[in-house]
Amino acid sequence: MSAPVREVFDSRVAFAEELSALAREDERIVAVCNDSVGSSNLVQFQKEFPDRLINVGIAEQDMVGVGAGLALSGYIPFVCGASPFLTGRALEQIKADVAYSQSPVVLCGMSPGMAYGELGPTHHSIEDLSWLRAIAGLDVVVPADPAETRSAVRWAAHAARPVFLRVGRFKVPAVTGDRPFTFGAATTLRDGSDVTVVAAGTMVSRALEAAEEAAEQGVSVRVLNMSTIAPLDEDAIRRAMTETRGIVTAEEATTTGGLGAAVAAVVVTERAPVPMRLLGIHREFAPTGTTAFLLEHFGLTAGDIRLAAIGLARTDA
Amino acid sequence: MLVADPRTAAAWRRFRQEFTDAGPERRREMLRERANQSRTTDLHMIGRAGLGHVGGDMSVLDILTTLFFSVLRVDPEKPEWADRDRFVLSKGHTAGALYTTLAAAGFFADAELETFAGPLSALNGHPNRVKVPGVETNTGPLGHGLPVSVGMAVAAKLSGSSRHVYVVLGDGELQEGSNWEAAMTAGHRRLDNLTAIVDRNRLQQGARTEETNTLDPLDDKFRAFGWDVLEVDGHDHLSLYDAFTAPRGDRPTCVIANTVKGRGVSFMEDRVEWHHKVPSTEQIVTATAELAR
Repeated sequence: MSAPVREVFDSRVAFAEELSALAREDERIVAVCNDSVGSSNLVQFQKEFPDRLINVGIAEQDMVGVGAGLALSGYIPFVCGASPFLTGRALEQIKADVAYSQSPVVLCGMSPGMAYGELGPTHHSIEDLSWLRAIAGLDVVVPADPAETRSAVRWAAHAARPVFLRVGRFKVPAVTGDRPFTFGAATTLRDGSDVTVVAAGTMVSRALEAAEEAAEQGVSVRVLNMSTIAPLDEDAIRRAMTETRGIVTAEEATTTGGLGAAVAAVVVTERAPVPMRLLGIHREFAPTGTTAFLLEHFGLTAGDIRLAAIGLARTDA
Repeated sequence: MLVADPRTAAAWRRFRQEFTDAGPERRREMLRERANQSRTTDLHMIGRAGLGHVGGDMSVLDILTTLFFSVLRVDPEKPEWADRDRFVLSKGHTAGALYTTLAAAGFFADAELETFAGPLSALNGHPNRVKVPGVETNTGPLGHGLPVSVGMAVAAKLSGSSRHVYVVLGDGELQEGSNWEAAMTAGHRRLDNLTAIVDRNRLQQGARTEETNTLDPLDDKFRAFGWDVLEVDGHDHLSLYDAFTAPRGDRPTCVIANTVKGRGVSFMEDRVEWHHKVPSTEQIVTATAELAR
């Protein structure tokens, strides 16, 4: 049952490379950051485009406002900061200056989820999906690996509307292959007929592992990579409801308003809802520990996903 | 999105030309008259809607009139013109003052003012750029306009444009920390294409600013953040004009415009309760008579 050792990657590297590549092609691309040149991997960008890296210092509200002002003046700003501070500190700026004003800013939430492990809950960004999903007109995108991050960065640059991009720091295996990011569409990474696992970000590779293990126990699991959380691909959820018998959601975020809640809102309003399990963090601040430890602590391992899927398959059978 | 009213826009253009050609006394008279017309329009609009921020509207109208009728390089018929000056009303609750000014300049038809705050009106209680031409960013929550304006000023620098960014801040609004983040950035980047105008009426919603959370010495605060500071009578149109158009140094400019909340209506002046009280029909008649003098 032990998983083979696989190479893992920090998606911020792909993010930074793609952003620099875009900046070479289009002079409207600028980066705005909050003293996070290093942690947002913008060192190379700064070297190449010193005038187009606007570092406002440790001032997230200013950072988002400045990003909006640039966007309203024809630039394509990638506003980069650690996700807890970008989305927590500047939430009202994201709502009023970006979403409500329809300024085409790309908000880049770096090192989200519990990527900062031992630094603790102040530095974790598990609430971001809940509070951003509540904002009208803001697209919420969570790529699963470096390739999808790269593809999503390129899409966001030309989306011409407000986007939040969650850029992972916790190293993950490559899972999306050559499938490009498709805005608003779930991708089926593995088909299955008993239960569907809808996963996002760091949970996608774990969901694939879980599906493989479940197959050995005779349970066929479909894995959807839901890289757009808002707007949600509701058709993919409806297909999962008719073609499989239950849905597990898995996210490195709170279950109160993130992916799980979004999927559940579709499921319960259909005529024949299916049973669900929502994996994530439920109204609890993390104890001290590494990211890997915390994922285990909160039941977000491949094994946990497998147990939830098998449980659903057997309950309903 | 509302559309321009070509006839009013043409009249606005004639006004601007006449202002350019006029001497100081005539200029003062032109702007005074124009501002008081907007005050009257605004009072009636608020009375009709049954809501609005009348005190702050009266306070800021001389600033707005001076900007739109003598300073800003804008074109009401081309509100998206790329090299226009940018104007941001950070104290978005005085949307009524902005709407009456924009309508007077022809950005949209006067008749729209009758819809103010009504169901599905483009003219919300706080301005919305998606619906109202001449509005550059949505404001309402305080402390948002200056950071966005800093971004606009940085953008103008990046693209080598000579356009100028003007932002009007309430004084009470300066209690929001985001202003000081942005003030620091503007000072650090020496944004000489940015002018922040503080509507210094010394009253906030519930009390006097200095009794709530002291702002003085405001000039020293901005200077300490790397700004040039000019202090003027915020109801003296020519002083405002001079401050808005004075040659700039190599840093952002803060114009502290000393104003009176409720200005022009005797029973409202400097009275905290007129922050968002709605005048009665009789009060509007009295106020209109005072403003016509």
